[in-house]
Amino acid sequence: MSEIAFPVPDPTILARRAEIHAGLAAILPPQALIVDETGRRAFETDALTAYRRLPLAVTLPRTTEEVARVMRFCREAGVNVTPRGAGTSLSGGAIPLEDSVVVGLSKMNAILEINLADRYARVEAGVTNLGISEAVGPEGFFYAPDPSSQLACTIGGNIAMNSGGAHCLKYGVTINNLLGVKLVTYEGEIVEIGGPALDPEGVDWLGLICGAEGQLGIVTEATVRLLRLAEGARPVLFGFDSADQAGQCVADILGSGILPVAMEYMDKPAIHITENFAHAGYPMDVEAMLIVEVEGGAREMAIELDKITAIAQKHGVRTIRESQSAMESAQIWKGRKSAFGATGRIADYICMDGTVPTSRLPEALRRTGEICASYGLGVANVFHAGDGNMHPLILYNCNDASEQQKAESAGADILKMCVELGGCLTGEHGVGIEKRDLMSHQYSAAELDQQMRVRKIFDPQARMNPGKVFPLEERAA
Amino acid sequence: MSEAVFAPTDEAQAAEIVRASQIPGAIDIVGGDTRRGFGRPRVGARQMSMAKLSGIVFHEPAEMILRARSGTPMRAIEASLDAHKQILPFEPMDPRPLWGTTGEPTVGGLVATALSGPRRISAGAVRDSLIGLRFVNGAGEILNTGGRVMKNVTGLDLVKILCGSHGTLGLTLEATFKLLPRPETEATIVLRRLDDISAIEAMSRALGSPYGLSGVATIHAGMGRDFPRTLLRLEGFSESVAYRVERLQTLLAEYDPRHVLNPPESDRMWRSIRDLDFLAEPRERAIWRVSVKPSLGAQLLKHIGQTALASLLDWGGGIVWIASDATEAAATTIRAATRACGGHATLMRAADWLRGRIDVFEPPSPWAMAQTQKLKASLDPHGVFNAGRMYRL
Repeated sequence: MSEIAFPVPDPTILARRAEIHAGLAAILPPQALIVDETGRRAFETDALTAYRRLPLAVTLPRTTEEVARVMRFCREAGVNVTPRGAGTSLSGGAIPLEDSVVVGLSKMNAILEINLADRYARVEAGVTNLGISEAVGPEGFFYAPDPSSQLACTIGGNIAMNSGGAHCLKYGVTINNLLGVKLVTYEGEIVEIGGPALDPEGVDWLGLICGAEGQLGIVTEATVRLLRLAEGARPVLFGFDSADQAGQCVADILGSGILPVAMEYMDKPAIHITENFAHAGYPMDVEAMLIVEVEGGAREMAIELDKITAIAQKHGVRTIRESQSAMESAQIWKGRKSAFGATGRIADYICMDGTVPTSRLPEALRRTGEICASYGLGVANVFHAGDGNMHPLILYNCNDASEQQKAESAGADILKMCVELGGCLTGEHGVGIEKRDLMSHQYSAAELDQQMRVRKIFDPQARMNPGKVFPLEERAA
Repeated sequence: MSEAVFAPTDEAQAAEIVRASQIPGAIDIVGGDTRRGFGRPRVGARQMSMAKLSGIVFHEPAEMILRARSGTPMRAIEASLDAHKQILPFEPMDPRPLWGTTGEPTVGGLVATALSGPRRISAGAVRDSLIGLRFVNGAGEILNTGGRVMKNVTGLDLVKILCGSHGTLGLTLEATFKLLPRPETEATIVLRRLDDISAIEAMSRALGSPYGLSGVATIHAGMGRDFPRTLLRLEGFSESVAYRVERLQTLLAEYDPRHVLNPPESDRMWRSIRDLDFLAEPRERAIWRVSVKPSLGAQLLKHIGQTALASLLDWGGGIVWIASDATEAAATTIRAATRACGGHATLMRAADWLRGRIDVFEPPSPWAMAQTQKLKASLDPHGVFNAGRMYRL
């Protein structure tokens, strides 16, 4: 696989840069517009840092009306738009183009309404994921999806990517916890979709927009479900001598009628990298580790953990560590949640995000190792085992161009394998630019065409977040 | 029921029929025909029966997923799930009591109507469990969307727009569902004689508790009952259910929570709520389903007043089922009250003449209506499927 291509910038747009800057300056207050090169530089990439493009201009609107003004201006000027939350996308979903205007939602970070009787919150799109849970935490409530980047990532970005997290085994992903949005269309129209009621009316536009990677409009407000926190939560750590044992244990727990809140997997390289960084007390002498978390009252948790432990013992579990305190639980999760960061300290990595049917996990892990070895690269696996959403971290040195290319090729091979095993290219990170050119491995040409026809009813010229999701040649056609 | 004109025996044949029927209103899709009283009356030229495209493609208990062809009877799905102690999370209703039909409800009808039962409040709606679809679009192309894994954000999720589109956007061939383990047991706390304001308060407090309720409803007096009952269901392992019943009884002490239903009474009660047994008779009445912010359920009923001849609150007040006279006047009252509460109303059951004359579904905003028409054109450019089923043409 060669380096990911970007659409060729439109020279007529680039030539009109000054005119476009002036046009935006006429409709936005000065603090909502960045045109100088140094300022724009901060928005040239996201968490897929190997790729970057300096955008034409950056807008940071403070209201939905300002977003609508920018959209109307861009439509009239024929300019591309790249929506942006906190820029934490791992798939390049927020990387701009040289001929696109960034619409960043970071200044729209107000919590507008909290209604605990009806269990929802209405927030602006730039509120962070964790910000919602922090606002309602003192009352005993939380917002369920918890991507690892939850401290920084915004709800707007979560909606664009339909983000998941460690606890979606029980609580679902973003769409399962989203009730409504305010959307600004590429026409600059402001529309309300859904609301505090659970049931959508007519076409489920919300379900289509969530996960559409910002290509159907810009979400400026969201109404999300709030859930009551469980009385308690307790993780247990299991260490196994082999990936197969751990994989079988996962399948048996799911088949037994117990539904843990989370079931996370780490292999030996991931355990070592993380333990050296976070000192979470992980067992260093095992090949695979599971973190299984249950919730409820003390007695309920004890009973469930007994059942789960009995299953683990059937599969030859070597190390068992049941959390005895809130502090110990936090430490166990700190390790898991810092796994990506800890890996970043020892090497550059790209994080794959394919999903496989849970019954194929052992095979998928074995083949992931073989693929990386065939390119001479290391890999650490840390992922959501309960739903088969894998996260192999392919380790490489970004200063070595040939290694980067090898890492990307290995990643592509792994994702193709996920599709071949009955899974998909991306479970929660989105397609972005990263997996765009692999889409034809999962979808037929007719299927991609159908998706693009639906996209076009929102944006006939495909100017919203262009260069993402759909293969470039498809877009040209 | 008129005879099906088309009855494809495999998906290639189904697609071929669609390709050969490229005129507006060519095909009305029929599954078990048990929900035929739902939606606007059929106007399509010919019926296509999906009965022969039947059978479970796979049921993987350890993965908690099941894929079935659209003509598969729900009875066959339930038998396979029972054998592995699993369930469809959203608690689908049996449509026959409400619509007074016979025959076998099918997977295709379930996907088309997307009606979620009481457990929706804790386990999600039909669309939350429907993880993949294989369908024929209006051009006769066989397409897949979604897949067989629970986490999948690859490309535009067409599952969501097909689910609940009453067959107007495509012909379902296969549907893949995520499943849940069947709870070991259940119990229902019954609060008696609460007025609507107190019932809403009690339901809200229960839903805002950490005890994970899976059914929260209020059955009003009437319908052969001399006082209202507010019902709070807990499901899970027996020790856990016993513990949570006790905690909820403490939390709701002021509402006299001592009455508890255990299986099989609890199960029977929720089946009746799910299937609207309480509202099904008399058959000439219109049945409405209004979706509102849960705390407004009581206010909605107050606005509707005597027009509501019988009613039931589900989803903690977020769904209000109403029986009314089958008249345009009653419809006007219910729609006005719904608008006042910011909700939306669906006419679930009424004679053909009424469903032909008034809006069955809440009229969409101008933006949503225009988008709906464009969406229809993008999937079914010649208007082959289920013409006029959701909205007037």
